[in-house]
Amino acid sequence: MTENDTARPRTLAEKVWDAHLVKKGSGGEPDLIYIDLHLVHEVTSPQAFDGLRAAGRPVRRPDLTIATEDHNTPTLAIDRPIADLTSRTQIETLRTNAREFGVRLHSLGDIEQGIVHVVGPQLGLTQPGITVVCGDSHTSTHGAFGAMAFGIGTSEVEHVLATQTLPLKPFKTMAITVDGELRPGVTAKDIILAVIARIGTGGGQGYVLEYRGSAIRALSMDGRMTICNMSIEAGARAGMVAPDQTTFDYLHGRPHAPKGADWDDAVEYWKTLATDDGATFDAEVLIDAAALEPFVTWGTNPGQGVSLSESVPDPSSVEDLNERAAAERALEYMDLAAGTPLKDIAVDAVFMGSCTNSRIEDLRAFASIVAGRKKADGVRVMVVPGSARVRLEAEAEGLDKVFTEFGAEWRFAGCSMCLGMNPDQLAPGERCASTSNRNFEGRQGKGGRTHLVSPLVAAATAIRGTLSSPWDLQAEPAPMAMGGAR
Amino acid sequence: MQKFETVTGVAVPFRRSNVDTDQIIPAVYLKRVTKTGFEDALFAGWRQDPEFILNQPAYASPRILVAGPDFGTGSSREHAVWALRDYGFDVVLSPRFGDIFRGNSGKQGLLAAEVAEDDIERLWAAIEAEPGIELTVDLVAKTVAVGALSVGFEIDDYTKWRLLEGLDDIGLTLQDEAGIERFEAGREHWRPRTLPVQNEETLEKA
Repeated sequence: MTENDTARPRTLAEKVWDAHLVKKGSGGEPDLIYIDLHLVHEVTSPQAFDGLRAAGRPVRRPDLTIATEDHNTPTLAIDRPIADLTSRTQIETLRTNAREFGVRLHSLGDIEQGIVHVVGPQLGLTQPGITVVCGDSHTSTHGAFGAMAFGIGTSEVEHVLATQTLPLKPFKTMAITVDGELRPGVTAKDIILAVIARIGTGGGQGYVLEYRGSAIRALSMDGRMTICNMSIEAGARAGMVAPDQTTFDYLHGRPHAPKGADWDDAVEYWKTLATDDGATFDAEVLIDAAALEPFVTWGTNPGQGVSLSESVPDPSSVEDLNERAAAERALEYMDLAAGTPLKDIAVDAVFMGSCTNSRIEDLRAFASIVAGRKKADGVRVMVVPGSARVRLEAEAEGLDKVFTEFGAEWRFAGCSMCLGMNPDQLAPGERCASTSNRNFEGRQGKGGRTHLVSPLVAAATAIRGTLSSPWDLQAEPAPMAMGGAR
Repeated sequence: MQKFETVTGVAVPFRRSNVDTDQIIPAVYLKRVTKTGFEDALFAGWRQDPEFILNQPAYASPRILVAGPDFGTGSSREHAVWALRDYGFDVVLSPRFGDIFRGNSGKQGLLAAEVAEDDIERLWAAIEAEPGIELTVDLVAKTVAVGALSVGFEIDDYTKWRLLEGLDDIGLTLQDEAGIERFEAGREHWRPRTLPVQNEETLEKA
């Protein structure tokens, strides 16, 4: 790097990129970028390991690689063999590959098992200023620490296993500034759903997003992870938040965080990562946090969302013809009529979980609303922690009892009904308020209908049986106890 | 990836156009966990038919597929290339290829060579006159020869170079392994490592 380069004001994303440049591409060639942390799971890794085997190549840096079982794992009876043959084969293949190539693996039943994007941060492996990849689009989650993190395909997984690098084309930067104070009942999930509704599912294409502003600074790490997690739903390569004291406090003392003098060196470096004054972004978006309300999607892509106080939009009011057609198709699939108040929509199921919202704070938020109440009749409520550790932590706080007394199912850790690769699926035609990240057709089960919501909205909806926010509960009798509230 | 120079082997006169990747390998075979062993999946639908050309004894061990225009269109599945390779094919000749298929081929060591449509017709005629006859494909000279007939083919220089050198994406990156090692030598020692495993017990001892 020349002096000129360091003198120019740079964004957080540019600093991380520059610090990982193994080789600058020339004449249209991509740059070669070093990867600090490679997360692996059972679905997108089998062919990558097989490719290494065929070429006689080792995993270059097993000490920068970690695997966990999550997509296919059952969330009930985890001590019994997995019934589905394809799922079982994928998991057994990962176990064989991890043994053969010396990769650390946290299997079903292990205390560190869980959704790969919950496990990395929890172990302190996800740190500011690093590059993180995984054969999973929601790798963007790790950007909450000021890391550059993105999902890759199976061929790229093999490339990283073999070389610990990736050829990558440079990106553009977009600042998403969320200023002001969120109203009570409005959370990180509502911010990101509003951002996606604003810029669209393709609005972030080619960009790394940096979330800035007072509302982002006020969020906990769990909240920041929720926001960065869904950057991919706006089409972005990655989403990032500059590290600050909140980040450092979260990391301090975690198993793989730097220790002693190393910690001080690391923090000193991490503090240099924030975007310089005077650095320019290729695009900027401003969001007023104080104006946000609890949000919900009505359609079949994450950009089709509105405030919960509104009604299902009328496709004929959409100017763009492609988007109008998409809205019409979405309403047909979702079996919704334009003009229906969202709060009149009854659900069959509530899913509380996924790499977007399955961390301890998410569970506490859900518990704070449902404590001492009973779920609506006929609504199936499933609570799935993001990792075995989150499950234990929740149980130590008594949250499991809050959930089961409410009438919810308390499950083991995994991706679960977010994508229905395991038995946790919606039946055709079933409608679900889900804290996950994708409301695509059939995502949660063939014919299933998904409304994306925050944990607080999921909780209120589970109580009333119709899409609701905590604001709708205030008129009702106060709960008997607030056991899990924080 | 093996270095590609010349291939001499049995050629199949594949008189079909618009062969999409769903035909090359149906979606049902995509659930597998391996990158090899797809030979049974190649043209799985068509192979049900005993008259299908690959079921004929003369073409039992083919290495070169001589196809009609627009081969490998449709879905991006890398499995289409894997299935052709696993079956034993080193070369596909066609007047036009699907873009993604052609890109995937180059990465996996399968030569997708563009041959003019009338030359394809001549190759078909020559093979059909003597089923099981061998063709020779010379990548350096960019020619296909059978008996007295020799025709040229097109391939972009970058892909040709990669095939001749036997370089896949990983091989290309590892050409500069010294650069990766230099970078690694300069990394801060406190950057996160997954190994050795750290947990409550190791933390207490520390």
